[in-house]
Amino acid sequence: MASYSTNEFKSGLKVLIDGDPFSILENEFVKPGKGQAFNRVKLRNLKTGRVIERTFKSGDSLEGADVHETDLQYLYYDGDSWHFMDAGSYEQFTADSKVVGDAAKWLKEQDLCTVTFWNGQLLSVAPPNFVVLMVNETEPGVRGDTASGATKPATLETGAVVKVPLFVDEGELIKVDTRTGEYVARAKE
Amino acid sequence: MAAIRSFFADRGVLEVETPLLSAATATAPHLQSFKTQCRSVPGHHLYLQTSPESAMKRLLAAGSGPIFQICKAFRESEQGALHNPEFTLLEWYRPGFSAAALMTETEALLERLLRLGPMRRFTYGEAFRKYANIDPFAVSTPSLQEYVVRALGIAPQTATSLERDACLDLILSRRIQPALHRRPTWLCEFPGSQAQLARILEGSPPVADRFELFIAGVELANGYCELTDSKEQRQRFLGDLAVRRRLGLPQVPVDTRLLRALEHGLLEECSGIALGVDRLVMLSAGEAHLEAVLPFPISRA
Repeated sequence: MASYSTNEFKSGLKVLIDGDPFSILENEFVKPGKGQAFNRVKLRNLKTGRVIERTFKSGDSLEGADVHETDLQYLYYDGDSWHFMDAGSYEQFTADSKVVGDAAKWLKEQDLCTVTFWNGQLLSVAPPNFVVLMVNETEPGVRGDTASGATKPATLETGAVVKVPLFVDEGELIKVDTRTGEYVARAKE
Repeated sequence: MAAIRSFFADRGVLEVETPLLSAATATAPHLQSFKTQCRSVPGHHLYLQTSPESAMKRLLAAGSGPIFQICKAFRESEQGALHNPEFTLLEWYRPGFSAAALMTETEALLERLLRLGPMRRFTYGEAFRKYANIDPFAVSTPSLQEYVVRALGIAPQTATSLERDACLDLILSRRIQPALHRRPTWLCEFPGSQAQLARILEGSPPVADRFELFIAGVELANGYCELTDSKEQRQRFLGDLAVRRRLGLPQVPVDTRLLRALEHGLLEECSGIALGVDRLVMLSAGEAHLEAVLPFPISRA
């Protein structure tokens, strides 16, 4: 992999620090008076999701990380790992709970997920921004109540629990924003 | 611009214009010059000036009296919220002025342009003691490196490669400058190692007669009570080149014409200051990023 000097840093660049892959979020050039120049950089650890801040001497360089993103179809969960397939090449990939993390509760078979690879290994899985899931369990619906804004918890087919309006019934399909975990609307198949 | 020109006209300071392209350039290790080709001159290269300082001092040595200039200056690889590789400087020189007198004149100019109210003056040492709890003259280099790791989150392997002044620069920009956000503040009496082209005030410790103005935490102007001793100036140029060799930075030609002018010229006590005009406009517009006031920053130049 190529290495990148601080003057090539820009948001989205993937680099290695202490053996972990990071994505640059912000890069600020700091130069006091006629002195040494520095770059103050915010980076996200692509393994843990944690954001850190590092300061580098301008001109220092970091090794690039072989990271790329692609869309894979989620196939099934075998009780231990999650299986995905490249819909173009039919190549299959498996991921464990460390990789899938919180995304697990939004994964529905056949859905396309954006996954991140690092050195050919699955690094993280992001569910689609919106998913349509069936309500498995909730209190009985209150017909006609579309205006009060009151909500109740509902357990979805994937196990995720979201707040839904009172009129939503078991067996219905709803659309959920996976980034916020919020109910968006009722949905048809 | 008109307000700046009338300020200096009122005070009998002559506007001058000096070359942007020159055979020599700044030796300071952390200033990188653009190098251009020019086949008609010996050496075939000219440098875009990082400031008009050398040329203006040659005019002063020739007896110009007080002079000012508004011009472009160029510093390679300096790009960010507060930096653009091509920028506008206001630089002026006052023969016979002390650092304090020039600070007062700068305040009068800025009062006309920005209406800032009273400005504080701290020495470099006072500011470090007050805001970082460090005596910048007494502290050892290893404890400075330890400080930047502990307080500023610098990676230990980066910190150990930082020279003393680089640690101080980092503390200045990350600790002191933000703390100066509220009120316009001058820092003066810098460490001797950061004298650049300022004279040294003997004392214990000896300090550089250099002064910098921070407004809203932004470094706006840098001034010196000028070094006029050509022998010492030559030593500093050569010292800079040695540092450049050590850091693997390009060697640049020393400005021998300036050295000769200092040697033979009329330059005695004189103070000079350079003020970033783009930053001045940015501050007066209440912006925090140069791109907000530059029609065509380098990314779109």
